[in-house]
Amino acid sequence: MTPAATDRALMELNGLTKAYPGVVANSDVSFNLKAGEVHALLGENGAGKSTLVKTIYGLVKPDSGTMTLDGAPFAPAEPRAARAAGIAMVFQHFSLFEALDVAENVALGMENPPPLRDLAQRIKEVSETYGLPLDPSRIVGDLSAGERQRVEIIRCLLQYPKVLIMDEPTSVLTPQEVDILFDTLRKLRDEGTAILYISHKLEEIRALCDDATVLRLGKVVGTCDPRDTSARAMAEMMVGGTLHVPERDSAAAGDVLMKINGLSVSSPTEFGSALKDITLDIRGGVVLGIGGVAGNGQDELLGALSGEIRAPKGQIFHGADDIGHLPPDARRGLGICAAPEERMGHAAAPDMSLTENAALTGRKRKALTKNGFLNWRKTRDFAEEIIERFDVRTPGAGNAARSLSGGNLQKFVIGREILQDPQILIVNQPTWGVDASAAAAIRQALLDLAAKGAAVIVISQDLDELMEISDEFAALNEGRLTKPRPARGLTVDEIGLMLGGAHDMEVAHVG
Amino acid sequence: MIALEKRPQPSQMWSLASPLVAVALTMLAGAGLFAALGQDPLEALVKIFWEPLFGEFAFYYRPQLLIKGAPLVLIAIGLSLGFRAGIWNIGAEGQYIIGALSGAAVALALYPSEARWLVFPLMVIAGALGGCAWAMIPGLLKVKFKTNEILVSLMLVYVAEQLLASMALGAMRNPEGQGFPGSRNMAQMEAATSWINQSAGMHWGVVAAFISVIFAYVLLAKHVLGFQIKLAGQAPRAAAFSGTNPARLILFCLGTSGALAGMAGMFEISGPSGIVSIDFNVGYGFTAIIVAFLGRLHPIGILLAAGLMALTYIGGDVAQSSLGLPGAAIQVFQGMLLFFLLAVDVLTNYRVRFGQRSAA
Amino acid sequence: MDFGSINPILLLASLMVAATPILLAAIGELVVERAGVLNLGVEGMMIVGSVLGFVAAIGTGNAWVGFGVAAVAGAGLALMFGILTQYLLTNQVASGLALTLFGLGLAALLGQGYLGTKAPSFPDLHIPVLGDIPVIGPIVFQHDPMVYIGLAIVAGVWWFLNKTRGGLVLRAVGENHEAAHALGYHVIRTRLLAIMFGGACAGLGGAYLSIVRVPTYAEGLTAGAGWIALAIVVFASWKPGRLLIGAYLFGGVTVLQLNLQAAGVAIPVEYLSMSPYIATILVLVIMSAGSAPGSLGKTFHASR
Repeated sequence: MTPAATDRALMELNGLTKAYPGVVANSDVSFNLKAGEVHALLGENGAGKSTLVKTIYGLVKPDSGTMTLDGAPFAPAEPRAARAAGIAMVFQHFSLFEALDVAENVALGMENPPPLRDLAQRIKEVSETYGLPLDPSRIVGDLSAGERQRVEIIRCLLQYPKVLIMDEPTSVLTPQEVDILFDTLRKLRDEGTAILYISHKLEEIRALCDDATVLRLGKVVGTCDPRDTSARAMAEMMVGGTLHVPERDSAAAGDVLMKINGLSVSSPTEFGSALKDITLDIRGGVVLGIGGVAGNGQDELLGALSGEIRAPKGQIFHGADDIGHLPPDARRGLGICAAPEERMGHAAAPDMSLTENAALTGRKRKALTKNGFLNWRKTRDFAEEIIERFDVRTPGAGNAARSLSGGNLQKFVIGREILQDPQILIVNQPTWGVDASAAAAIRQALLDLAAKGAAVIVISQDLDELMEISDEFAALNEGRLTKPRPARGLTVDEIGLMLGGAHDMEVAHVG
Repeated sequence: MIALEKRPQPSQMWSLASPLVAVALTMLAGAGLFAALGQDPLEALVKIFWEPLFGEFAFYYRPQLLIKGAPLVLIAIGLSLGFRAGIWNIGAEGQYIIGALSGAAVALALYPSEARWLVFPLMVIAGALGGCAWAMIPGLLKVKFKTNEILVSLMLVYVAEQLLASMALGAMRNPEGQGFPGSRNMAQMEAATSWINQSAGMHWGVVAAFISVIFAYVLLAKHVLGFQIKLAGQAPRAAAFSGTNPARLILFCLGTSGALAGMAGMFEISGPSGIVSIDFNVGYGFTAIIVAFLGRLHPIGILLAAGLMALTYIGGDVAQSSLGLPGAAIQVFQGMLLFFLLAVDVLTNYRVRFGQRSAA
Repeated sequence: MDFGSINPILLLASLMVAATPILLAAIGELVVERAGVLNLGVEGMMIVGSVLGFVAAIGTGNAWVGFGVAAVAGAGLALMFGILTQYLLTNQVASGLALTLFGLGLAALLGQGYLGTKAPSFPDLHIPVLGDIPVIGPIVFQHDPMVYIGLAIVAGVWWFLNKTRGGLVLRAVGENHEAAHALGYHVIRTRLLAIMFGGACAGLGGAYLSIVRVPTYAEGLTAGAGWIALAIVVFASWKPGRLLIGAYLFGGVTVLQLNLQAAGVAIPVEYLSMSPYIATILVLVIMSAGSAPGSLGKTFHASR
């Protein structure tokens, strides 16, 4: 325990249970949170972490179970009540308003905010105290992911919370930014704040947290002191078994299949990032990992390679041919396939059947059309092949994509592209939100594809994943791509520098 | 506490049942409306829904179903393609008028030619092209300038109505009409009439309507273009990723619906209506919106929905002449139908749960 | 042709009157759209407002009662739309169209006995001192009270959206309803209130047409004014200040074409009558739409 921690529980959770139709999200969850500790909540996707913190924040009402705060019963009817009682939360997604400025965003997360001018002043003060510089008048849509998180944190800090909930806060940060964040959190802990820290990144938890509760399938399956528990032991608690680590046969780098030469395109979305002067040789047999903090041009890079975004003349070559003007289907014809990050609505149409979703990209390479007419029988066969080969759990190809779990749909999407036997495959966040065993299967499939001589580009924000499967590593930062370097032997500091260091962040002035 | 919960799959059962439930609810509400107007609700419903089909004068009213239904089918089929793709052409009324004027222009210019093999096909082409061109205005503006097609297509209805007035009173006025504000009667021109068998209600528009249903069915069920239309409407980003060209889709959907509406107008003006007059259009272009939704944007559904809607038009006339029920009451009735349909439709995608409070 | 018969002062003065119905409807729709909802039923709410307002004004002999009834009727119709789109999660475009079609029918039904009837008088204010200023006085300061109420609503909406907590929440709901929900704001309640405000304003705009602008009852007297109001919201990039400019520009076109008709210009009447609609299309083309509220037109359903 750190000096500030006491043994008295600040918050107690007793037997919290919440069921949704078909799934029990939380089942009899109990643990205590002490003032002045950083308490980790560990678990895979779908383990029930989100439901639990939403319960504490007043967004979800438990079916049974109770909570106490400072010894008194605590049952917030809505987030306002939770905030008023001293609970603050930094969300992983969905809580900032891009078109509004920083001060307005902060005001929306506060009860009784002061007038905007005074608020701006206080934002400046708090941001300096905690080493998180921020200009209150900037529009949030123009901020980097790290800066956006600062907005969320400052929004919480201005309320002097007793309990601060952080949901996967480091997924959008560079390693250097993570260090700064941890300094801020330690300072808060020393001031007596209880921090509930949700993550699946075990090394981080070992570095930061004082206590840990592990959830699996909605139940508490264990507690431990992360400072003296190995990452492997915690991982096995999370998944309830041993993990399969992908293996690969190292293939020699093949020929250059595709050449990117000074690629510069603007983003189709309002707050996206333009790609700036990207140069890259794409070789067969090589897995190229592209790291970077979200929102630095990942979607745009995938779009420019897949053909969804057209490039000017002379920037993208397949062999000797300029293909920058070709639409997605023509590029698929050349063997260039892709799987975008967002499964629902981008890689797949949620309301359409898996058969129809198989036709989404498979028409050309699987010859599913004749004279413009779709051969639905052949398409269904293709969908069933994907389902079988990639172990997609679904009653059948006639089911709507939205009925699949995230992991299963991701397997379907990746399988759909791999089974088209691509020469070049580009994937963005291939295992985001996918459970560990499915993630391992997807990574293995990507490695197998590369072993057959295809070029594989994996864009991801998960550095562990990239280090596991990449032959070469490059980083995207504000639309620019670093020169790829061999992945083996790269240190965390080197990767951090490639990712753009701590952006404009100063080193925290933490006492 | 009542809560809605998204179904993992759209319900097939409700997808078919919701139009029927909506019709039933509308009849109930309609009965209330008629009662409020001082009518015997049951008698009014019988006059509207029974009399035209099985009453004493059914022999006269049944052909009317074809006459009123054909333009509704033609227009609604076109609209349904766009609606499925998220392209909202609500100016079919204008395209219908322009198609009629274009067809009439050919007929009147070639008058008194008796070469039916030349005049009538030219009129069909002119009608289709005229409606198509009128719909291409919002289409091209949307593609070039991202202008909102809903507003532009709608504004063009008012422009088309003014154009119609100007034509009826000016360029197309019958020179032998002794000042009557309207054109020569094309239904009576051998070379230009769209009638096949007037007493049976058969004209070429009916034929075209059935062809359009088959065309749309094949397009949506089998062809890549139909697949892309559905995809673009349900998941626009997935459509772009798939390789759909949004501009081409916009122009195709607007162009097709404009051409079909234009043809509907052309068949109408050379048959059932006969003359270019200031009150030639009666709102088929707007009623077709209801037809398209009531038919669940499905070609067969549209065919059935158009029949029902035609029936309310005819039954409304019957009730107006025999009971003195105001004509506008039928318009209200049609509007209510769309409301109820949209409301009941929620059950296709959501399940209703009672007694359990979810995260709301 | 006699351009001399066009009095520039009267023309400018009638511009404010011609713009008022559209201004009222548009400012209401602006609030609705800033809350993230697209209500295409403006035309339907306007025309029902015009009929019911007119009937109430005739019945009581008091125009103010007419305006009150019209506002309530507009809000009531809007509430139907709100229940459909917010609770039953229907498509907003389709529901708005349904509202317009239903409203047109309802208005035709309700207005039957009143065709050609004249509205009770609604006298202009004569604002002392200001009204006596030459030129400016008759143009700006000698109108009926609704003209100024319309302006006051625009100013009030600007103040509400930009200076109050409620306005901030409304904008937040319109920008990103998921985030607003996560922070504990009531997305649906906020939107319902906005929708009803929009309906009330549309009703007022309709009543202004039938009671003041025309001022007799005729079928279909809105003639697309509700759609033009929708266009002006786009033109204004969802900003109240620019909305005012848009509505006055449109009022200018309308008044000018009416004056040209009266002056007997050699252009046929029908082509002059088209001009407001064509002007609207041109405005939509020239004004590349500013940034629309992020959640505009999207259905919100609180998931787990």
